[in-house]
Amino acid sequence: MTATELLVTKTARRSASSRRDTSRRGAGRRRPQHRGAIAFFTGPFAVLFALFYLLPIGYAVWQSLQVIERDGTYGAPRQVFGGLQQYVHVFENGEFWASVGRMLLFGVVQVPVMLGLALLFALLLDSPILKGRRFFRLAFFAPYAVPGVIAAIMWGFLYSPNLSPFTDVTRAIDFLSPQAVLWSIANVVTWVFVGYNMLIIYSALLAIPAEVYEAARIDGAGQIRIAWSIKIPMVAPALVLTTVFSIIGTLQLLAEPQVFRSFSSAVSSTFTPNMMIYATNSIPNLNLAAAFSVVLALATFILSFAVLRGSQRKAQS
Amino acid sequence: MSVLTLTRGVTADNRPSGRARGPRESLLSRGAATLIMVVFTLYFLVPIWWLFISATKDRSDLLTTNPLWFADWSLFENIGALFSYNDGIYAKWILNSLGYAGLGAVLATVFSGMAGYALAKYQFRGRELFFNVVLGGVLVPATALALPLFLLFSQVNMTNTYWSVLLPSIVSPFGVYLTRIFAASSVPDELIEAGRLDGAGEVRTFFTISVKLMTPALVTVFLFQFVTIWNNFFLPLIMLRSQELFPLTYGLYAWNTQLNQIPELRTYVLVGSLVSIVPLIVAFLLLQRFWRNGLGAGSVK
Repeated sequence: MTATELLVTKTARRSASSRRDTSRRGAGRRRPQHRGAIAFFTGPFAVLFALFYLLPIGYAVWQSLQVIERDGTYGAPRQVFGGLQQYVHVFENGEFWASVGRMLLFGVVQVPVMLGLALLFALLLDSPILKGRRFFRLAFFAPYAVPGVIAAIMWGFLYSPNLSPFTDVTRAIDFLSPQAVLWSIANVVTWVFVGYNMLIIYSALLAIPAEVYEAARIDGAGQIRIAWSIKIPMVAPALVLTTVFSIIGTLQLLAEPQVFRSFSSAVSSTFTPNMMIYATNSIPNLNLAAAFSVVLALATFILSFAVLRGSQRKAQS
Repeated sequence: MSVLTLTRGVTADNRPSGRARGPRESLLSRGAATLIMVVFTLYFLVPIWWLFISATKDRSDLLTTNPLWFADWSLFENIGALFSYNDGIYAKWILNSLGYAGLGAVLATVFSGMAGYALAKYQFRGRELFFNVVLGGVLVPATALALPLFLLFSQVNMTNTYWSVLLPSIVSPFGVYLTRIFAASSVPDELIEAGRLDGAGEVRTFFTISVKLMTPALVTVFLFQFVTIWNNFFLPLIMLRSQELFPLTYGLYAWNTQLNQIPELRTYVLVGSLVSIVPLIVAFLLLQRFWRNGLGAGSVK
């Protein structure tokens, strides 16, 4: 789920809440009649959801509790219940935690830069001092139509010394060196998603009623003052949402660094947690890969939950 | 609350000097704002422009001529070569992508629309439990499911099939969530009741009347699901082995990994990337009304 989706649903729910009560009351009376229709409507989704959401998650958890045992060195492998053994392996695995740490470092820098730019552009689009808003809005949003894999291929070409057309730049700066490659990938992610986040913040800005500005305008407050004191506090909820979804996106990063493996030897097969899961699965060590998956999903939940809670506390104080 | 305090602050310290400074400040900031936007327009569009220019050049011109301007025009030769390379595998990938994303999004929209409608309009045992479980599903990122799905599909020997990518894509918990909320507010009970009095069955009422009222939500669900499947990379990467089954993104990725061994792929990767994003950019422009409304829906009071 993305920030947009949440924004869309939040209002829909607000407008729906008045109606829902009446529908519930009315529905109570006709409970027994429509069993067939209800089954017809909910059946297909329920079956698919059970098969392709609940079952795989349950199966992955179960797999993560198994270990492979052999009778002697060359014996046939058997899968037996191993309790939390795989999780011990996960916590002892330095590479996995290195990849998590790498993504946290990535997120701490890239998410604020991306959202800062998105906020700046949204404020400029929303201010009366800018001409050509429609064009800028489209131009900034265009990269969002480029899938992550394609964006990474494009930038990979631009970065690599023997493929890039901008040889002067690539000769001066090695974008694909072990020190720089993380930030080169961050640039690709930023390039794709700034416009998308800009639009979310921009629609939050459009929702601010005009009366709010009137007093400030009468008092002669400049645009910067209005932006800082009125607009930014009022779009704070949209900023929190985009932050949470950017964090989730960061921890789940896979396509861009996987593509960059062709351009730079500095990107290992265990560069991000999801690449680690993919590599472990290819070994194949399915049980350990399943345990990585479970741990990563939990870590993502905890982190986004913490951001939401932290922002709520700040709003209250 | 906070707005009131803030405006009071503005009143106190800024009035006289603010007015005196007005016009000059605005001229300066107008220039600065436009400059920022123009610089970033270049940042966002130059890579796409470069891709377009590269796709029009033959292999010898690619690295020797101005990267941001045309040399000899060979776009159509390049596209022809792209589509004939390796028995036209590229066309196959386009069809696969359209199949996965198009069919997947249509089915996902139908099924989640039906479920959302039932949750909004009928009372039944376990309704709230059902809805809460679906809500939990909304919070699971798609990439987190890729490995579990692979484990499951390999258990029944169905990895490396169309089904292994298509079937998981037709489940959209978000779609159920959105359509339930939307149906609750936009489909009046009286209308369903009227359908009943006319003797129309529940299912017929849904497909003839309710669906029309739910169209904005259904379009939104379709668009989100289409983009999600089109961009999905982990699921095909982990599921598929035969290149006849690849979607575009995985196919281009696979070519890109072989650049060092097969240098002529360089042109195909560039032209293929361009051909793959042009339809999406055009679709985004044409459907602007929809995604803008979708994004803006959050702001309607």
